[in-house]
Amino acid sequence: MANSLLEIAGLTKGFPGVKALDAVDFAIQRGEIHALMGENGAGKSTLIKVLTGVFPRDAGETRLEDKIIAPRSPREAEGLGISTVYQEVNLIPHLSVAENICLGRQPTWLGAIRWRAIAKRAAAALARLDLSLDVNRQLSSYSIAIQQLIAIARALDISAKLLILDEPTSSLDRTEVEELFKKLRKLRESGLGIIFITHFLDQVYEISDLITVLRNGRRVGCFATQELPRIKLVSHMIGKAVHQVEALEQKRASTASIRSEAPMLEAHGLGRKGSLRPLDLDIRPGEVVGLAGLLGSGRTETAKLLFGVDRPDQGTVRINRQAVRFNSPRAAIRYGIALTPEDRKVAGIIPNLTVRENIVLALQASRGSWQRLSVTEQAKLADRFIQALAIKTPSREQTVRNLSGGNQQKVLLGRWLATEPKLFILDEPTRGIDVGAKAEVEKLIQSLRQDGLAVLFISSELEEVVRQSQRVVVLRDRRKVVELTEGEISEETIMQSIATHNLERPAA
Amino acid sequence: MIDWVSDLLFWIVFGSILFLLRGQRIFWSVGALGLLLLFNQFFTPGFFHIQILDGHLYGSRIDVLNQGAKVMLLSLGMVLVIATGGVDLSVGAVMAIAAAVSSRLLVTEHQSAGAAIAAALVISTLAGAWNGVLVAGFGIQPIVATLVLMVAGRGVAQLITEGQIINFLDPTMVYLGNGHLFALPFTLTLVLVTLGLAFFLVRRTALGLFIESVGDNDEASRYSGINAKQVKFLVYTFSGFCAGLAGLVACSNIKSADANNIGLYLELDAILAVVVGGTSLQGGRFYLIGAVVGGLFIQTLTTTLYARNVSSDISPVPKALAIIAVCLFQSESFRTRLSHVVRPFGRILKPLGSRPPQKSITATHDSPKP
Repeated sequence: MANSLLEIAGLTKGFPGVKALDAVDFAIQRGEIHALMGENGAGKSTLIKVLTGVFPRDAGETRLEDKIIAPRSPREAEGLGISTVYQEVNLIPHLSVAENICLGRQPTWLGAIRWRAIAKRAAAALARLDLSLDVNRQLSSYSIAIQQLIAIARALDISAKLLILDEPTSSLDRTEVEELFKKLRKLRESGLGIIFITHFLDQVYEISDLITVLRNGRRVGCFATQELPRIKLVSHMIGKAVHQVEALEQKRASTASIRSEAPMLEAHGLGRKGSLRPLDLDIRPGEVVGLAGLLGSGRTETAKLLFGVDRPDQGTVRINRQAVRFNSPRAAIRYGIALTPEDRKVAGIIPNLTVRENIVLALQASRGSWQRLSVTEQAKLADRFIQALAIKTPSREQTVRNLSGGNQQKVLLGRWLATEPKLFILDEPTRGIDVGAKAEVEKLIQSLRQDGLAVLFISSELEEVVRQSQRVVVLRDRRKVVELTEGEISEETIMQSIATHNLERPAA
Repeated sequence: MIDWVSDLLFWIVFGSILFLLRGQRIFWSVGALGLLLLFNQFFTPGFFHIQILDGHLYGSRIDVLNQGAKVMLLSLGMVLVIATGGVDLSVGAVMAIAAAVSSRLLVTEHQSAGAAIAAALVISTLAGAWNGVLVAGFGIQPIVATLVLMVAGRGVAQLITEGQIINFLDPTMVYLGNGHLFALPFTLTLVLVTLGLAFFLVRRTALGLFIESVGDNDEASRYSGINAKQVKFLVYTFSGFCAGLAGLVACSNIKSADANNIGLYLELDAILAVVVGGTSLQGGRFYLIGAVVGGLFIQTLTTTLYARNVSSDISPVPKALAIIAVCLFQSESFRTRLSHVVRPFGRILKPLGSRPPQKSITATHDSPKP
């Protein structure tokens, strides 16, 4: 352990009613990428927050390069060489790249900011990541992926010894992730220690050297990535035996024949300038249609057009053979359409209202304000979905903000199920939620399908789309490329369709 | 002797109310009011003196109720506007318009008091609706949208009164701001009825849920099918109505309509009352009764300073300090920090304002807020 960069021993942290960390040990060497894995609520975030001084610790000891440290604020941690990049880019969109990188430690001369020095320093920080950008341009003019890299550059600018990446890839697409990983490997070679938190198993296996698994605030173990089979990792994370996990994984949607029922929804030539080229789509009751494609390929745009968030400027939509036109989600909801949006925080949860209020919201909105659901009706409804969806919350009166991502997602699902929809559009329902919750959401989708709902399922994770859907519509560059039916659906065919440039069907 | 008994009774009632409110958000506003009254009990002679004249009650505390009615009425409208994440700066000017309309109809046009009052309420409600259209319909930022009427409203009121101060002696109009009902000022009844109306509107229907939802997350509310525009339109309209009532009370108080001075700066008092009442200016959760208590607190403060002969030039300073203190104590993080600094103090402070810790069924939060 001579080379140890950071050692944590017996770290404990409790919150009222919760023991978030229970005597957790952790160690990382120089030049190592160490993945921290666990379900939502396992204590990953808390560990990071205690380590970087966001929360005070209850017990335990942290040594950085054999010196005991106890930072009381993220700033102090940064000073010690521990930098963190969070899931959401925590930069300021309207400032320039250079300002963002140097913010809070800008070089000054007699109190005046030395702009040229800032630009120079920013460029140097970016050069460490082999990036050459115009540092005077506004941050928001760059893509999220680049912004993420800029955030890392900012973190490294503080002469970091340890870099913590909390879900850095959740808003990046495949090629962008590749790019990021290339940079990370380079940083590893330079002797930096990197703690990497993610929900994507693929990425963990691609990049990490060691994996530490947490469950319910305790350390399950630390494993060499190469020696830990994927199925074992999942079983460690959710605390179930391997054969149980296998049963979950292999449960592919039953290939029952799609009923010859009339489509619930038919869209013809539906499109909107600058957001989606005209597209045909139909969904039948009892059918899950997958919508696959890269980030920005038009998946979310399709959902927004169908749900009335954006107004289409061409094409028609028919529901049960009746032509309809939505100019607001309200109108779409009236026809039995529900949507859980891609961005849970912005368009999904009402953070400071309670679980109960969040669940009844859509149903109440469709009833109007005069037909108020009584408090007992609301409580009943909330309890029903808390139980049916296994939402982990201390009570129905807990504010939603305090729930973990997976449970927030379940609250949203409950909100829409309460309206008894006919067509459920799920935009990235499993993003950022843990393996256990993922499996539950998938199970739910299948049971909805069996109940005769039409489901439009949007996901970046191809294996999920393959597992769930009876038909898959592939989008690329805001255009429908191909529609794959039963038997043609596999990750390879989807990837091929995305990659192929002509509009012909790829050979299966 | 009688005073002594009635004071004791008052404090027993007040204490029990405070006890019942422990753990609630408005505990701090009511507590602050209590502290202020307690100060007066000991240091302001005559503040607690109550007198019965012609079967009506008179005294400083009654004055507070009567004088505070305007701000309490305004804050009832304001709290809903603020809950949607907006603000209504025009209420002071709308008060002036209501006063101008009613007294012009009464005096210049020789209409009945009933017609004058009704017309004033209709016009002020329309003024509120105008704000609603600007904010909800055109998407103008609330501060800018209501600033329009704040500035232009007094001009409109001047036009209506033709630049004159209109005096009136009509008994019905005078009764509004000076009359008594059940031995108490009539304005108190007015406040309670309006509170009842607001309570019915937002808590007996689902409007309150929609208001809080829109204020907390506008976009997500739209996705959930809430008609956010309608909700916003309604709260500004209601705020206009409340301002109209306050305007009628204000001109009745002084038996004349002075377009330049009626309701001047009262929009700021109303906003403060809402904040003291525990509602965040960011919108979301709102506290109707808190807003009324906030209005009372501000009026008590004003009356206290007046009773202690603090010159009106410097009275805003202690007022500001008191309000800052109340707002700080409502913040849980401030209380936590304070309890670290002042240990023995902390043991008293900590449990009061925060809800008792809920029992957790399954203890798994990704990042629970302590």
